[in-house]
Amino acid sequence: MTPVILVVTEKSVVDLFEYQGKQYFERYDIPTPVGDVADSVEQALAVAEGIGYPVVLKAQVKVGGRGKAGGVKVATNAAEVLEHANAILGLDIKGHVVERLWVEEASSIAREYYASFTLDRANKTHLGMLSAQGGVEIEVVAEENPDAIAFLSIDPVRGLDLATARRWVHEAELDEPAREQAAELLVRLYRCYVEGDCDLAEINPLIMTPDFVVKALDAKVTLDENASFRHPEWNAFRATDTTDPREIMAREKGLNYIGLDGTVGIIANGAGLAMSTLDVVNQVGGTAANFLDIGGGANADVMAAALEVINADPKVRVIFVNIFGGITRVDDVANGVLEALRRVHIASPIVLRLDGTNALLGREILEPYLSDTLITEPTMVEAARRAVAFTQGA
Amino acid sequence: MSIFVDENTKVIVQGLTGSQGRFHGLRNRDYGTKIVAGVTPGKGGSDVDGIPVFNSVVEAVAATGASASFIVVPPMFAAAAILEAAAGGITFIVCITEGIPAHDEAVTYNRLVEDFPGVRLLGPNCPGIISPGKCNIGITSGDIALPGGPVGIVSRSGTLTYQALHELSQQGIGQTTCVGIGGDPVPGTNFIDCLAAFQDDPETKAVMMIGEIGGSEEERAAEWIKAHMTKPVVAYIAGVTAPAGRKMGHAGAIISGSKGTAQAKMDALREAGVYVCQNPTEAGAKMVEIVHAMGL
Repeated sequence: MTPVILVVTEKSVVDLFEYQGKQYFERYDIPTPVGDVADSVEQALAVAEGIGYPVVLKAQVKVGGRGKAGGVKVATNAAEVLEHANAILGLDIKGHVVERLWVEEASSIAREYYASFTLDRANKTHLGMLSAQGGVEIEVVAEENPDAIAFLSIDPVRGLDLATARRWVHEAELDEPAREQAAELLVRLYRCYVEGDCDLAEINPLIMTPDFVVKALDAKVTLDENASFRHPEWNAFRATDTTDPREIMAREKGLNYIGLDGTVGIIANGAGLAMSTLDVVNQVGGTAANFLDIGGGANADVMAAALEVINADPKVRVIFVNIFGGITRVDDVANGVLEALRRVHIASPIVLRLDGTNALLGREILEPYLSDTLITEPTMVEAARRAVAFTQGA
Repeated sequence: MSIFVDENTKVIVQGLTGSQGRFHGLRNRDYGTKIVAGVTPGKGGSDVDGIPVFNSVVEAVAATGASASFIVVPPMFAAAAILEAAAGGITFIVCITEGIPAHDEAVTYNRLVEDFPGVRLLGPNCPGIISPGKCNIGITSGDIALPGGPVGIVSRSGTLTYQALHELSQQGIGQTTCVGIGGDPVPGTNFIDCLAAFQDDPETKAVMMIGEIGGSEEERAAEWIKAHMTKPVVAYIAGVTAPAGRKMGHAGAIISGSKGTAQAKMDALREAGVYVCQNPTEAGAKMVEIVHAMGL
């Protein structure tokens, strides 16, 4: 069982690829195997020749189960590098097409451990997890053998010192020769997690080699986008990882958009109201084409951009605009709708539900333009019904 | 009665001289809130539409006797502003700032707990608090709230907070206090804090709770309700049909001890005796039914 947490409300995190995570670790002196990225077979060979054999070729995708899918291979000579690089580049792993490889020195593994830091929301502290049973999914360890994980609650004000880390590696029963190195590595990983503004910093496996060297063989790092103002180095991580043209267009326009498969295009202000709008559309028999939160303080330009993005989706049969003004003023929203109608031909009818700050003014602005294809409804549920009716009619 | 604030609460606005601070600070004052001062470093001695501005919270509190602060500053300054308010003698802080780094929130929360145990922080990234007819601190539009009770509202989602107020006010059902706790990773005030305050407030007869997917705060609230709450609670959880977004890190999934889905939350709340509804309108209708059945 893999716990999946639905987090459409948390737009503010950035998942790094393994290679980016390892490069991030290097900034904090966390030992990782020597390696480099390769976007072609030729590059893979050049990197491998530079490192010396054997090497490991690893598909760079943000999805688990790479190994089983054939995305991780050892090469002991140039011919094998060519063969594996050819096979892995372009490989489809659970819908993620491999466009980049990480080529690194092959490591001999004596033991595999697990280490991570993340925020414990319930206790409002940081939480370290350390286990002598690494290399497998930590959820499985947590379920089958919870005592094998040493949990460490860390006061964000006080942080983690080396003495505590030493007690921790002892408690987790890491092998004796690995303990001091692991303790030092954990202090560095904590520093990376805090100073690097990570939402999650996870190493699985953290390995000890047969000659007792401890290093991070994998890296899973999630960054807190809210901290980007103090991390100019993150710009390099922001390369797009979506192939949905609708999402790319929305991102270019700075919109919080997630593409779905239905026929009702949705625009709402606030993540909660946007989710609620999806719920209501579903409850009255419709399907949402997207999740789109135009946020607080949305103005005419944002509204127009949102309508343009949804208009570009060929599956959309109707657009449901659900606005409850707070900071967002409904008159601005109304003007945005009219602005969008002037700028582009909107192919689908628009059903609006407008309430909150300056709602009366907003409705007055739209009044002269209302028609069979530009409709206002007084409540969220009625508006959803009206919108869904358009998708079911002839 | 109301919870956390009332008609006598004196409020300072940190960031009053900024465009957002000015807009909402004056809007809150127009509502009747006692906005007594603004704080902007370097702008002490000036005023915003007659409201005196001070350089620091300490000076503002000394001059006005304020006990509450409304923080409207950019995310990079918010953590420092919260701690300045606490150190300056403020006991109730409302921070609406969106986009504060999670690590700043974690440090700030723990500093408040350790060094200023008497201080309550609402937010960050929340719409604020409104006690209809008495006090409005935040960005909620005052005209959608109806004074007189008997319902208390607590909500994690900004816009759905307004929706909840609207659903009740439309039906002539007033509110004692409406608290938007915000959806950030480390909220200063959580569902349980608000549920406990509503349980103790004699004028609040029933509570409407609006949650959303992610985290485990709703499940914890359900446990608390089961053990302590005698007043009826109506809940709506947004995100039943939400798309599966990003899969949270493995570590996060383990510690939350919950799948974080709307279904898991609704099940926990139902199990605790809460009336769980499918959308905000249904939740409003259910609350009307409950209030009428009480003869109110």
